[in-house]
Amino acid sequence: MNILDFINYWIAMFLLVTGLYIVIARGNLVKKLVGLSIFQTSVYLVYISPSKIIGGTAPIIVPGMSVYSNPLPHVLILTAIVVGVATIALGLAIVVRIHEAYGTIEEDEIHAQDQGTQ
Amino acid sequence: MRGDLVLRVIAKLLIPFILVFGLYVQFHGDYGPGGGFQAGVIVAAAIIFHALIYGLPLTRRAVPEWVVELMVAAGILLYAGVGVATMLLGGNFLDYSVLAHEPVHGQHLGILLVELGVGITVTGVMLIIFYMFAGRSRSPHSES
Amino acid sequence: MISSNLPALQVVVPLIAAPVCVLLRRGTLTWLLAWLASWSAAAISIVLLIRVLDQGTISYALGGWLAPWGIEYRVDAVNAFVLVLVSLVGAVIVPYARTSIGAEIRSEQHYLFWTAYLLCLAGLLGVTITGDAFNVFVFLEVSSLATYILIAFGNDRRALVASYQYLIMGTIGATFIVIGVGLLYLMTGTLNLADIAQRISEMPVDRPLLAALAFLTVGISLKLALFPLHLWLPNAYAYAPSVSTAFLAATATKVAVYLLLRFTFTVFGKSHVFDDLPYGEILLALSIAAMFVASLVAIFQEDVKRMFAYSSVAQIGYITLGIGLANTSGLTGSIVHLFNHAVAKGAIFLLLGCVALRIGQPALSQMAGLAKRMPLTAAGLVVAGLSLIGVPGTVGFVSKWYLVMGALEKGWWWLAALVLLSSLLAVVYVWRVVEICYFREPSKDLATANEAPLSMLIPAWVFVIACVYFGLDATVTSETAATAAKTLLESLR
Repeated sequence: MNILDFINYWIAMFLLVTGLYIVIARGNLVKKLVGLSIFQTSVYLVYISPSKIIGGTAPIIVPGMSVYSNPLPHVLILTAIVVGVATIALGLAIVVRIHEAYGTIEEDEIHAQDQGTQ
Repeated sequence: MRGDLVLRVIAKLLIPFILVFGLYVQFHGDYGPGGGFQAGVIVAAAIIFHALIYGLPLTRRAVPEWVVELMVAAGILLYAGVGVATMLLGGNFLDYSVLAHEPVHGQHLGILLVELGVGITVTGVMLIIFYMFAGRSRSPHSES
Repeated sequence: MISSNLPALQVVVPLIAAPVCVLLRRGTLTWLLAWLASWSAAAISIVLLIRVLDQGTISYALGGWLAPWGIEYRVDAVNAFVLVLVSLVGAVIVPYARTSIGAEIRSEQHYLFWTAYLLCLAGLLGVTITGDAFNVFVFLEVSSLATYILIAFGNDRRALVASYQYLIMGTIGATFIVIGVGLLYLMTGTLNLADIAQRISEMPVDRPLLAALAFLTVGISLKLALFPLHLWLPNAYAYAPSVSTAFLAATATKVAVYLLLRFTFTVFGKSHVFDDLPYGEILLALSIAAMFVASLVAIFQEDVKRMFAYSSVAQIGYITLGIGLANTSGLTGSIVHLFNHAVAKGAIFLLLGCVALRIGQPALSQMAGLAKRMPLTAAGLVVAGLSLIGVPGTVGFVSKWYLVMGALEKGWWWLAALVLLSSLLAVVYVWRVVEICYFREPSKDLATANEAPLSMLIPAWVFVIACVYFGLDATVTSETAATAAKTLLESLR
């Protein structure tokens, strides 16, 4: 078994862990969202890459083609992308509001301000 | 608003074509790659392009915020309305086959309407996100 | 025609009402619409439950595409019970919400609140009713995104940070669920939950399937706030508007528990998960930790809403404890506790909303003398608090009885003892509230306060009375829960 046979999963897992690391390690709320976005994107690869069939075409009947790719994962990921966009948009909107309320988007500064008010 | 003549002329030339391409992607979606999601984003991109070149206030006059909010709701309602219509015609929810005299026509009509709903909503959502973020610094309380 | 489409209508009614709210914009109209939508959802769910108990599983093919290929809505005893729970809580809260959000949210945002509320309701009902693995994720995100908005409506600016934190953790959880579903799909080639279950039963459980189970478990545990993945919960509950807190505490985590039940028992099967793996033991350990640690933390909270938020984490521990036991009594206890905890916590957070209407979000010391100024509110808090402890005659007793029975059936008397011991911790924090409310002179905040309007007190007391009624006559709830538990244990293997 060649390790390169699973290169798509290696890449997906690398991106997954990278994204998760950014979410945990960064204090900047926008950078956290960037990490979250990378994290979500990695999952798209998990779905999309196994469904790619070399030589396959879109599943629309045309003369001369006999190999078709499975459309289902693409459809699922289209949905997941939309969900991801909505999540990031909402997250950024909340960050904008946080910036207006606190005057900063650094997590530790926000925490310090909250400690002060209590 | 800036005075870059080249940009403004080219934008004026490009925007109609982007919109037509959006419509092509929208309505050719049953035969080739495309559909509501992609078309919605393309149409929204045309309008955002307009805002970038001519400035947000002008775009807001052309496509007011209430229209955008209406689009978001109307698209979903069109989608769900198709579903309700199929239920009223005796099928299951979103069973397009009952929409026309024969199932194939019904499927065509159904997917066309549903994708149109998706397209309208996606355009609306993209624009509302853009308006919210772009209009923020100018009027801090316009956000809802 | 309508009756055959009920499973679809269950989700579609609130889903359609949400964009109509955006179109209507007027606060009162949207409130009436939300009322109409949530009450019809409740009616539909009750009809579905009765039909399921009568005739067995209902399967509904969305769009006329039959089950293994199309999206299937599948209602059996387990999710019919959860559907009733979610939609009833939604229905009771709507009449209450008008006055409460009137005080806590700017009036031009009311229609957006109702839109988010209806979307959240539709999402939660969708997660519960669907029989399709990917559909679960989509509806979960619909409800979660709406939840983040419902939390961010809070007056305090910390609500924004709480909402942001929940968004990050919730999205990580949801993404883990997608990975799990993806691995299941890659291994079995199908997304229909019943079909996946069928195929898993015929194949060896190898590494990808175990990875899928792990991802799904962690993802769902984040959503249901299983200790130690509960970090988002206390702040989210504490700073959200009162209505949001009551609704989320009573429904959102319960739906996540349902998902855990569905995936462990129906999809993977009891023998794979509980007999071959130390799954139950891990769940038990975390549950016990939740019961004790969260209860202890709750005792030292000054903010009352935060205190009961920690108590929620502890109560979720009882629910997962029953799942960890994986026998009929334990599962019955879990499922009946879904209902019982929803009722008790719903009552408590609604009553705290009544207090908040008069004096703003209360710190414990500000509630001194509450019984003299708002006697009905204080009395309700006591009854619901007793239910959290598990005093006989309240709903809490019924579920703890089943849990203890479940532990004893396994011969684990020490576990039964731990359940009783952790109840003593609940006594401590509930007693703190009782002592402050009843045995102190009214604080200056409360000096001029009087009872909240009836539109808020009646829904709150509906929950309080349910706490006692279903505690005294538990046949309906516990028999339904027992049927659900049997359904889960008998599925396939």
